[in-house]
Amino acid sequence: MAQVSMTVNGKAVKRSVPDTTLLSEFLREHLRLTGTHVGCDTSQCGACVVHVDGRAVKSCTMLAAGADGASVVTIEGLAKDGALHPMQTAFNDNHGLQCGFCTPGMIMSGVDMVARYKAEGRELTEAAIRHELEGNICRCTGYHNIVKSIQDAAARM
Amino acid sequence: MYATTYHRPGSVAEAATLIGANPEAKVLAGGQTLLPTMKQHLAAPSDLVDIRRIPGMAGVSAAGGVLTIGAATAHADVARNADVLRHAPALACLAAGIGDPAVRHMGTIGGSVANNDPAADYPSAVLALNATVVTNRREIAADAYFKGMFTTALEEGEIITAIRVTPPKRAGYAKFANPASRYALVGVFVAETASGVRVAVTGAGANGVFRHKGLEAALAASFTPEAVDGVKISAEGLLSDIHAAADYRAHLIGVMARRAVAAA
Repeated sequence: MAQVSMTVNGKAVKRSVPDTTLLSEFLREHLRLTGTHVGCDTSQCGACVVHVDGRAVKSCTMLAAGADGASVVTIEGLAKDGALHPMQTAFNDNHGLQCGFCTPGMIMSGVDMVARYKAEGRELTEAAIRHELEGNICRCTGYHNIVKSIQDAAARM
Repeated sequence: MYATTYHRPGSVAEAATLIGANPEAKVLAGGQTLLPTMKQHLAAPSDLVDIRRIPGMAGVSAAGGVLTIGAATAHADVARNADVLRHAPALACLAAGIGDPAVRHMGTIGGSVANNDPAADYPSAVLALNATVVTNRREIAADAYFKGMFTTALEEGEIITAIRVTPPKRAGYAKFANPASRYALVGVFVAETASGVRVAVTGAGANGVFRHKGLEAALAASFTPEAVDGVKISAEGLLSDIHAAADYRAHLIGVMARRAVAAA
């Protein structure tokens, strides 16, 4: 068993879990934070994207033990004081989802890409958003409204 | 995945001791290949030795004009490192095209070079740039390092600590990515180095990454995209699979070589 301590959405957590526990399992099954979805379990779909020490990663492809000591933000941690994060509002306003299964990963990837492009002073064009979404798969929307949502949010963030 | 014991050593020496004590142990770096492989029950290491956060294993230095890239440096960090962008922009460009953003935040250069996947991007850069693979025991020249797909000169318990690159005069990389996996169906890295023009091809060889002597000779005579046109590229020894036949891969080697030279 691995003793795992980390900060999740600003709260310190500590659990003893099997060494094979994935970060996605840790979040969903041990912390009951089921907003992080597992779509493919083969590192391709991106529904499980969370932020680990400020970077978007696929939580199904990281061990919980490997995230010991890290600061993790999940979809549940984006809203502040009951107010949605601008990325969440933008997905709502632009109908950036249909079934919603991929949405947590889309939003976490969206927040990450906007932050990176802003930090580097680069323009997040529509083409760049589509390229950045390489690792996030949506099987309903055809991506158009997801791209629009991220563009809209980038202007608000 | 099958049961395993996770370790996070504080030093390379400690990591080497752990691996020495557990013959079925594996080094875990970014885990972007190893963990999916374990989840599919295609690998079952008794122990995982996580080297990602060992102090000094990540980061880039350009001391003396030579790039030393720590083995645990993530693809995203190679892609935007100022020294890499200045001294070997083709390498930064290659790193920026591996997998997807989340994979690039975790996957490492050392992990990719140690794994030597026949369709991975980094082996082509290491081979074409005549880079040095630095381990906890020795330094291995690229030409002596790659031994066929998923096979390298690394000995049991040997751990890559850094990749050392002497900046090329110019270099370029172009890949035709598999539309689903983003691995290279064919990737060609061309470099004009102190030891001449070197061309390495990934994704195509049935035995992993390889240098293409015909392209090297043609580009040594004239480092232009047009020079590629006169080179006959044989399909012999190339992969044929559901994604592409050997003759199609041979054709793509020429196309990617032209693009790589144009980008250099």
